[in-house]
Amino acid sequence: MALEVGGKSVETDEEGYLTSLSDWSEDVAKAIAKVENIDMNENHWEVVNFLRDYYNEFQIAPAVRVLTKAIGKKLGPEKGNSQYLYELFPYGPAKQACKIAGLPKPTGCV
Amino acid sequence: MLHIVNKSPLDRNSLEACVAAAQAGGALLLIEDGVYAATRGNTAATALKSALDRLTVYVLAPDLAARGMSDALIEGVRLVDYGGFVDLVAEHSTCQSWL
Amino acid sequence: MGEVKKFMYVNRKAPFGTIYALESLEVVLIAAAFDQDVSMVFMDDGVYQLKKGVDTKAIEVKNFQPTYRALDDYDVNKLYVEAEALEARGLTAGDLCVPVEVLTRAQIGKLMEEQDILLSF
Repeated sequence: MALEVGGKSVETDEEGYLTSLSDWSEDVAKAIAKVENIDMNENHWEVVNFLRDYYNEFQIAPAVRVLTKAIGKKLGPEKGNSQYLYELFPYGPAKQACKIAGLPKPTGCV
Repeated sequence: MLHIVNKSPLDRNSLEACVAAAQAGGALLLIEDGVYAATRGNTAATALKSALDRLTVYVLAPDLAARGMSDALIEGVRLVDYGGFVDLVAEHSTCQSWL
Repeated sequence: MGEVKKFMYVNRKAPFGTIYALESLEVVLIAAAFDQDVSMVFMDDGVYQLKKGVDTKAIEVKNFQPTYRALDDYDVNKLYVEAEALEARGLTAGDLCVPVEVLTRAQIGKLMEEQDILLSF
């Protein structure tokens, strides 16, 4: 599968995850979000950027339980809970937000 | 003859078998997990020291760096990159990989 | 949720020569979702998995070493390293990328007896 972004074709797998992490840009993120029916606001970006930082540090896309805990630690308990995160990303914060962040499918996502 | 060892000396006996068979004047290239044999403090370092008396010993630098062992290389061992690996194979008429 | 079982992952292979180290790490992270009592043991060449200073750019292999530092986020914090294995490789606990508990082979053998399930990599 491929995604058209600004006249360029970006390769994704059959579930819509980027084939190559280095293809990611904010425009690519917006294009993936559109496919996922998500209207990106600053709260969405905050989670997406958090995931990208986490991946850079640990080379892994965290499972939702780990993401929730880590976000709570960094951004406060009002954001580190699954209700808040599922409101932003209804089909699963780890799955959807990781996809928009250009990361692989989370490890430990069962 | 060029001898190539790619197994950790503490996991397999490839290095031991190679050093026992190799004739003086040959070359030994350590690649992949074989590079651990050329790191300080490894109990295989004694086997390698005896090899150094008779053979020219090389280590593939990218494999050493990948394992976080660049700082631990024992003295007398020469580093080669992928180009050097190709040169070694080209320079020797025969090549034995001790898998 | 059933009774909590004791799982021990036994790692005895160097990190890049085979796929065992990466596979073990992934299984540990996936299984962490099941809230069991998990420990990881690094014996023999397995201690090399934690040797810090890894640089895999030139061999074009993913460096998964940073992921060991995420284990704590997954509540996997019992990491045991074999003292004799460190000694035979000229390493100390200070050469490793995460805090670990160094145990003798005999102590590890005793811990193995206390497990419900052992997984070997």
